[in-house]
Amino acid sequence: MADTHSFEEMIDDHRIAQTLMVMNQRAGAFVDLGVIDQLGNHLAYIGPYDLKGKNYYGQAWFVEVMSKGVYISDVYMGFRQLPHFIIAVSRQENQRRWILRATIDPDIFAGIVQAAQIGRTGDSFIINESGILQTRSRFTGDILSNSNIKVSSFGKGTSITEEGNGQHRQILYAGCWLKNKNWLLVISRDVRQEMRSLFATRNVEVGIILAGILAIVLTVLFTTRLTVRQLMENDRKMDELNAQLVQSDKLAALGKMAAGVAHEINNPLAVIIQKTGWMEDLLAEEEFKNSPNYEEFKTSIKKIEDHVERARKVVHNMLGYARRMEPRLEDVDINQTINQTIDILENYARINNIDIQADLAENLPVIAADQAQLQQVFLNLISNAIDAIGKEGIIEVKSRRIDTRIWITVKDDGPGISDDQQKMVFDPFFTTKGSGKGTGLGLWISYNIIEKMGGTMTCKSQQGKGSMFTIVIPIVTPDKK
Amino acid sequence: MHYFNVLVVDDEEDFLDTLMNRLKKRNINTTGCRSGEEAVELLQNKFFDVVILDIKMPGGMDGIETLREIKKIQPEAEVLLLTGHASVETSIEGMKLGAFDYLLKPIKLEDLLEKLAQALEKKDTAEHKRQSEQIRKLLKYW
Ligand SMILES: Nc1ncnc2c1ncn2[C@@H]1O[C@H](COP(=O)(O)OP(=O)(O)OP(=O)(O)O)[C@@H](O)[C@H]1O
Ligand SMILES: [Mg+2]
Ligand SMILES: [Mg+2]
Repeated sequence: MADTHSFEEMIDDHRIAQTLMVMNQRAGAFVDLGVIDQLGNHLAYIGPYDLKGKNYYGQAWFVEVMSKGVYISDVYMGFRQLPHFIIAVSRQENQRRWILRATIDPDIFAGIVQAAQIGRTGDSFIINESGILQTRSRFTGDILSNSNIKVSSFGKGTSITEEGNGQHRQILYAGCWLKNKNWLLVISRDVRQEMRSLFATRNVEVGIILAGILAIVLTVLFTTRLTVRQLMENDRKMDELNAQLVQSDKLAALGKMAAGVAHEINNPLAVIIQKTGWMEDLLAEEEFKNSPNYEEFKTSIKKIEDHVERARKVVHNMLGYARRMEPRLEDVDINQTINQTIDILENYARINNIDIQADLAENLPVIAADQAQLQQVFLNLISNAIDAIGKEGIIEVKSRRIDTRIWITVKDDGPGISDDQQKMVFDPFFTTKGSGKGTGLGLWISYNIIEKMGGTMTCKSQQGKGSMFTIVIPIVTPDKK
Repeated sequence: MHYFNVLVVDDEEDFLDTLMNRLKKRNINTTGCRSGEEAVELLQNKFFDVVILDIKMPGGMDGIETLREIKKIQPEAEVLLLTGHASVETSIEGMKLGAFDYLLKPIKLEDLLEKLAQALEKKDTAEHKRQSEQIRKLLKYW
């Protein structure tokens, strides 16, 4: 304006009013316009205040505009008691220097700035170098108050800083220094509030990730537990297998020993029997028959023979299974063998109120085996069950075919066997039956018979509930004749 | 007196003596010896109808070796094996070599006599049949 209009034109009140109108048409923020001569005299003025005739000579802004040619003030209250700022430009015209000075209402000007206030927490305002607000702000403070923004934290061009404002708000400031004036246009937003939806998305993402992690952790836990359980199961099976191996090792060693011991015992027994026999032969002669102690001798000899017989039975039983090393293979119908065995024991069982129930599979094939030996095994198991029950109970004999094997179980509801004793039931001479009643060889012999057939024999028992002996034998099909 | 001869071979002196005494007491012609070598020598000089032979004799010939020799010298002699333990394989081997049967010690005299009777029966001659009968009678009476 100062460039396009001459001093003469501008000091004309009419012209100056026209100029202000033109200026306001373009920008619309000018409150007044005045012309000041080089001595500081307000020569012309158009605006709401009567400033004409005032002298500004010596004032800081006057000095600056005179020397630098342009001056833009910070917003101040001035004597109008309204925030405003002035722009003044000086112009050299011929020998004269004059000043065109305009006052700008920062509110109007702020409207432009405030257009940048976006969102619910967005703010935009201008501050000067000391951080004093030059426009009204939404949240940061009123015009001319201190924004408390560290102006130094903004760089030369456009820069962004983040500032924690207490615990609940975190504000992001973007600042840009304006041209020609050391004012900073600041746009701010509360990150937390504004990004809530973003946070919400983030929360969903975090949720998904957490859920994923949780799923992974759970899967890992689950699979490890499964693996651990499987390992434990394997361990248990291994232990069982080991126990079985130890058992069969032990029994094999015991078997060898028993055979050796048997020989050492049988020879002296053979002598004793011959000696007592000889004594009986002699006692039968006349002169002894008249002896007063004849009967004494006779019964004593008889007793000796009885006990030798007892010892002989033990040893022979012990070797019984070995008597026929190679089992005689014949066609054996397992179910029929079981039924025959039950027949033998049924009467005895019935007297004691014991019910022997047979649950036999129909699809059992005829196998090649030693029938007498198998019968001996069943006889042992069932008579053990009868002995265990004593009076009143149920014995269940089952046969099943599973793949290439036949399973036979003998189950009773007797007193069961303690864990300690379970380890010993297959040992030779282990018996809980009174002397003369049990030799403790039944299970040992049975075990050996089944083992020689390539099968297994196991015992499961719970004290107070009963016992179950399980035989598993491979199906050996007889040769076709 | 029965007209058949029995040889008992056992290393256990008490057993041998007593068994011989008891057989003799039942009028059975009994000879005894305590080793396989002695048995072979005896068999070369005298006929025996039945040999009662212990399988396990420590030192020298054992029962099986002796059995082989017996079958060479007097194939018609019946051999009864005595075994003190379950060396059943040995007994079965003995059976294959021609032994009549085997008995597990300790043996009762009745069982031994029964086997003796069976062995004689097997000989299938009129004379032996008669002798077998006699032993059976002996058993019944006893
Ligand atoms: N069904 C069962 N219930 C409870 N205990 C049992 C059972 N079967 C066996 N036993 C126990 O195992 C022990 C050994 O049994 P085993 O058949 O080997 O010998 P036994 O029966 O005592 O004597 P034997 O069989 O020579 O007459 C028995 O004495 C008994 O204590
Ligand atoms: Mg038993
Ligand atoms: Mg001997």
